[in-house]
This record gives sequence, structure tokens and C-alpha cells, in this order.
Amino acid sequence: MKKLLLTTVACVAMPMMGFALDKPDSLKVGMTTFLTGPASVFGVPARDAMDILVANLNDAGGIDGVPVEVSYIDEGAGAEALSSEFRRMVETGGADVMFAAISSGNCQTLAPLAEDLKVPNFLWDCGTQKIFEEHDYKYVFRTQANATPEMLAAVIYLLKVKPDFKTLAVVNQDYAWGRDSWDIFSTALKAMKPDVEVVGEFFPKFGAPDFSTEISRLQALRPDVVLSTSWGGDLDTFVQQASQRGLMNTSTFVLPLAESSLERLGSALPAGQIVGARGDHYFLHPERRDDADFKAFMTEYEEKTGSVSVYSVFHASQALAALKAGYEKAIADNGGTWPDKDQFVAAMEGLTFQGLGLPVTIRADHQGIEAQLMGTSVQTGDYPFATLENIMVFDGAELTAPVGAVSTEWVGALDASFMDGLSISTFDK
Amino acid sequence: MNVTIFLLALFDGVSYAALVFIVALGLTLIFGVMRILNVAHGSLYAIGAYATVSLTGFALSMGAAPILAFPLMLISAVLVGLLIGGPIEVLLLRRIYNKPEVLQLLVTFAVFMILEDVQRLVWGTQPYFQSAVLQSLGNITVLGVTYTVYQLILLPLVAVALLLGLRFFLRHTLNGKLILATTEDREAAQSIGIDADRVFLLTFIVGAILAGLGGALASPTTSILPGMGADMIVLSFAVVATAGLGQIEGAALTALMIGLGRSFAIYFWPEIAVLVPYLIMVLVLLVRPEGLFGSPAARKI
Repeated sequence: MKKLLLTTVACVAMPMMGFALDKPDSLKVGMTTFLTGPASVFGVPARDAMDILVANLNDAGGIDGVPVEVSYIDEGAGAEALSSEFRRMVETGGADVMFAAISSGNCQTLAPLAEDLKVPNFLWDCGTQKIFEEHDYKYVFRTQANATPEMLAAVIYLLKVKPDFKTLAVVNQDYAWGRDSWDIFSTALKAMKPDVEVVGEFFPKFGAPDFSTEISRLQALRPDVVLSTSWGGDLDTFVQQASQRGLMNTSTFVLPLAESSLERLGSALPAGQIVGARGDHYFLHPERRDDADFKAFMTEYEEKTGSVSVYSVFHASQALAALKAGYEKAIADNGGTWPDKDQFVAAMEGLTFQGLGLPVTIRADHQGIEAQLMGTSVQTGDYPFATLENIMVFDGAELTAPVGAVSTEWVGALDASFMDGLSISTFDK
Repeated sequence: MNVTIFLLALFDGVSYAALVFIVALGLTLIFGVMRILNVAHGSLYAIGAYATVSLTGFALSMGAAPILAFPLMLISAVLVGLLIGGPIEVLLLRRIYNKPEVLQLLVTFAVFMILEDVQRLVWGTQPYFQSAVLQSLGNITVLGVTYTVYQLILLPLVAVALLLGLRFFLRHTLNGKLILATTEDREAAQSIGIDADRVFLLTFIVGAILAGLGGALASPTTSILPGMGADMIVLSFAVVATAGLGQIEGAALTALMIGLGRSFAIYFWPEIAVLVPYLIMVLVLLVRPEGLFGSPAARKI
């Protein structure tokens, strides 16, 4: 009888024990990243950075003594394989937290899946602003900005440094990002400078090997400004071909993702072109380059990979920093003991954490507020490739559509006076 | 129509067509002789480009003049043909000439997939760009638009030279005539003492060299990265199918049609530029299912 009673008490007590979980042996994280395909220009550096950051974190005692263990899933395998790998890693692989994904399409597929599986998921790199504008998620957070502040920063920087331009042409990749980013950019531009004439819109196919015809057409059109939100090999080819044929002498290029191509482009990117970094991501970040943690990481990363870091490295650092800060906050909220999943999720809202860039805050709708850095290319000779001068760092909160607002509507309602009230830090280089 | 715009679109179309034609040439030659649609042709194209970039990069770092990249392109192409094309024919294709076409297609597709991963293993996933040779030839300004000499003049010249050269080779040299005879009727050719195995090997190597040369010539103009072969095989297949499989002169003409169609689309209706090659292919195949220059063949089965 006594035994039965004890067992009953134990069974009743079981669900309550969630509040005082034992520390796990390790915190398992699953990260989706492109290891194959064109987007591996972001995915591979992010994985390399994550390996370094996790090793350093674990050397320093992990999170509250618990080491972090990261496994990777290749996004290049396609959405279907990715979904089943994601599910497998959560259901049988025991992943506690997922970091997914780079591709906006993959984020849109995996966010509802993470919600179904009730696994905390960080949208660590994808750009689409639609996720939290069209849905409400409990378990999904974005540890970085979205396309709206990224494009707005580019528009405002352009208007600040080249206020008198009259004509603009766009050459974007023909897929969701190329189209959506142009929507936001053109809406913002028309709202803030209605007299600009768009003289050409080109959407060459994703992965196009040749832009010669577009460049001939642009040379005949002679726009003051050429915008391209392309990235990777596409951007490299476009810039190389445009530079070879002198198009960059007659038009100013606005390249919101060119930070990730600076090193590969070498001397092909001439001075005077506008470069963005999808956030405040730059290996010579003016507000961070003298900090010990930043310098130490940049040196270690360069030694291990032979390249300077690109924005996806920063995004990886932010996801890991959010994980650490989130768990530490949840532990503190939980009286010093290891939290359960729901306590961790509760701690994430309103959380501020710092990766390699400036601090990022998770808003009520789970969107991250991240500063934006823009600059102008310059060939100084200090590096065998272009670096940035005339850098502006924008406050992310001012450029992100308010909670509940739809970006394209919010951006469309702006006017020229919007630029005046912004807090912008400027740096010569 | 504005004459200037018309001429500019013409120039762009011709230089684009030249590159597509060089790759399609090898594909159609192999099909014409061996009746095999070689999907791995796309990989040979990509490897030709990668090899050129590596060799040129190495030569430049040793202080060589950029112009030296031209012989290196040729060397890369020949290496691709001999070291990759040769073994593919001897070790794989030779076993399956009498097997169903679907199987042949699957085998070359498998080779394509394997070679895609080989590229990733050897060269990694980061894009390469090596345009020293293109820059060394300088620019030329026509009607206010700057072109590179390499793309506007050199590539079309090479394409025409290859077309004429291949015609001459097939019709006026012994090896070429052996190839033509084997194409006409393999069994009859063998019965009069032609070594068909050797002819097939020769053809495949020449075709592979042409694929590699296409990649080598494309390399200074574009980012070299994984997946570039897949795009090229699709496009050159469109050219070859539109012309009629095995039609060399036809491939030249359809490459030109597709190149011009695409560049005019970019000038006048950019939204459909991607579609143009396939629209042309569909329209031609609707009217002439055997291709523009193909002749209806009696089915074997």
C-alpha cells in the first residue's frame, strides 16, 4: 500500500518537475545552411564561423556549464528534403533549438513546421519581411533584420549622398528576393523622391552567366543610378562585366549585398559605388573593430578560412548570441535552474543580445531590430579589394515597419521628411 | 525601329550566340555520330572553365603575361577531352551503345551528377573570376556603347573558325571521312574495315574538347561556380534540338536565332528574355518535330 502511494505521488509530481529540470548533458542545436548550390557563398562561411564560435563558447564553459552542440542541414538539397531533415532532427535527433534558414522560401516553409513541432526556431539569415507581418508565431524568432530596413537604409543612403539623381534602372535576380526587394526599394524611393524616373527594369534569371546585353542596354539608357540586390556569383559577374565595359564610370551602382562580394571582386569594384551589408556587418565595423572580442574573432576566422568575414558570419554569431542570452535570461527568471522550452521561449521576447555587430533586440512580434550599415566603395591599397568609406550606421528601430504594420504600406506612406528625423552615426571610414 | 538599338541588340546577340554555339557544336557532333545525348557535356564545359581559371591564375602568379591565357585555354580544353572525355567513352559509353536510349541518357546523367560533385570537391563552392585575358584585349566603343573586344570580336571569330574547321575536318581529312562513314552506317563501315571503336573514341574526345573549349572561352566573362554546367547543357540542348540532332550548320543557325531572340527580348521586352530560347524551340518543334534541319529517321524499333 505504501509503495502504491509513493508511486502515485511520484506520478502526480512528474509534470511539475518541469520547473526544476536537470541540466542536460548538452544543448543540441540544428542549423540549416547552404553547403551546396549558389547560396553556399553565405552558407559555408556561416558554418565555419559557427564552428569557431561554438568551440570558443564551449571552451569558456558553454551556457551555464552546458556545452552547445550544433549539427548542420544542407539547404541546397531542396525544400522537401530540408523539411524532412528538419523534422527528423527535432523528433528523433533531440534538437532543443533550431536555426533556420538562409533562404526566404525555406524560412516560409520551416516557420510553420517549427510551430507544429513546438521547437524554438531562429530565422537566422533569411530576408523576407512577410513572416511576422502575415503570421503570428510562438516559437519562431528572427535574430536579425528583414528586407524592409535593409532596403530603406539603401534608399536613404543613396538620397543622402547623391540627392540630385534623376533616373534609375534595376537589374535584379528573377526570384522572390529580387522581386520583393525591388518592391520595397521602389516603393520607398517613389515615396521619398517622387520625381525619379525608372528607365529600365531587368530581371535576368537566377544564376545567369552573362549580363552583356543588359549592360549594353544600360549604356544606351545612361541611368544616373543602377540598383542591383543580386548576390554571390550573379553579383560578381554583373559587377565584373559592368566594370570591364566602363558602365561604372557613367552610372553610380547601388549594391545592397555587395559587402559579401568585396573580397572576391578585388579591384573590379571601382571607388564611388554604394555598398550595403544586410545589417551592420562589415569586417572593419567602425563601432566594433577596436573591441577585443571582435578583433579576436576576425583574426581567428581569417586564419581558419583564409577569407575576411561576410554578413552571414555576423548573422550566425547573432543566432548563437541570442541562444546564450535567451537561456541565461530564462535561467535567471527560473531562479537559477535550467528552464524548459516554454520558459526559454518566454525569455526570448524583448531579449537584447550582441553578436559581432551592435546589440540586437527581439520585438514583441519576434522580429529582430538590427542596425544597418551602408558605405561607399574605395580602393585604398590597404587591402587587395575595395573597402568602405563615408559609412553610415542607421538605427534599426527607425527603419523597421512598426509591429502590426505591413511593410509595403508603411514604406509607401513615408515622405521626404522621414529622412530628417533619423539618428544616423557617420564615419569617414 | 531605332537603327542604333537594332544594331546594338544584333551585336549582343551574335556574341552570346557564339559561345552557345561552341558548346552546342560538341553536343551535336557526339549525337550525330554516336546517337548519344551526352548530358555530362555540361560538366565538361564547367571543368574546362575551372581548369582554365586555375591554370591562368597559376601562370599569372608566376608573372606570365595575360595573353598567355589563350594557349592555356586550349591546353585546358584538350586536357578535359583526353583525361575526362576519353575514359568516359572507353569505360562507360562503350558498354551501352546497344542499350535503350533511356539507359544511355541515365548513364550520362549519372556521370554529370558525379562530375558536379567532383568540381565541388576540387574547387569548392566559392565563385572564381579570372578576366585578365579579356581585359588585356581592351574595349571597343560602338555607337556610344562600350564592348569588350573579346566578346564582340574574338568569340564570334572563334565560333566561325570552329564551324569551318569542323566542316573541313569532316569532309576533307581521312579521320573526318571515317567519322562520316561510321555515322552513315556503322555496320557497313565496319565491314569495309573501319575501326568503329576508334572512330567513336575520337569523336567523343573531339566533342569533349569542344565542351571544354566552350568553358575555357566563357571563363573570362563569367563567375565560375557550381551549377554553371547545368544551365549550359539545357541551353545547348535547346539549340541542338531546334536545329535537329546532329546538324552542325543547323546548330550555328539556331544558336544565332536564339542569341538574337534573347538580346532583342532584353531590349524590347525584358520580362520574356528567359523564355525566348525555349519559345523558339517549342515553335520550331511544333512545326518540324525533327528540328529545322533534321530529316525524319526510320525508327529502329
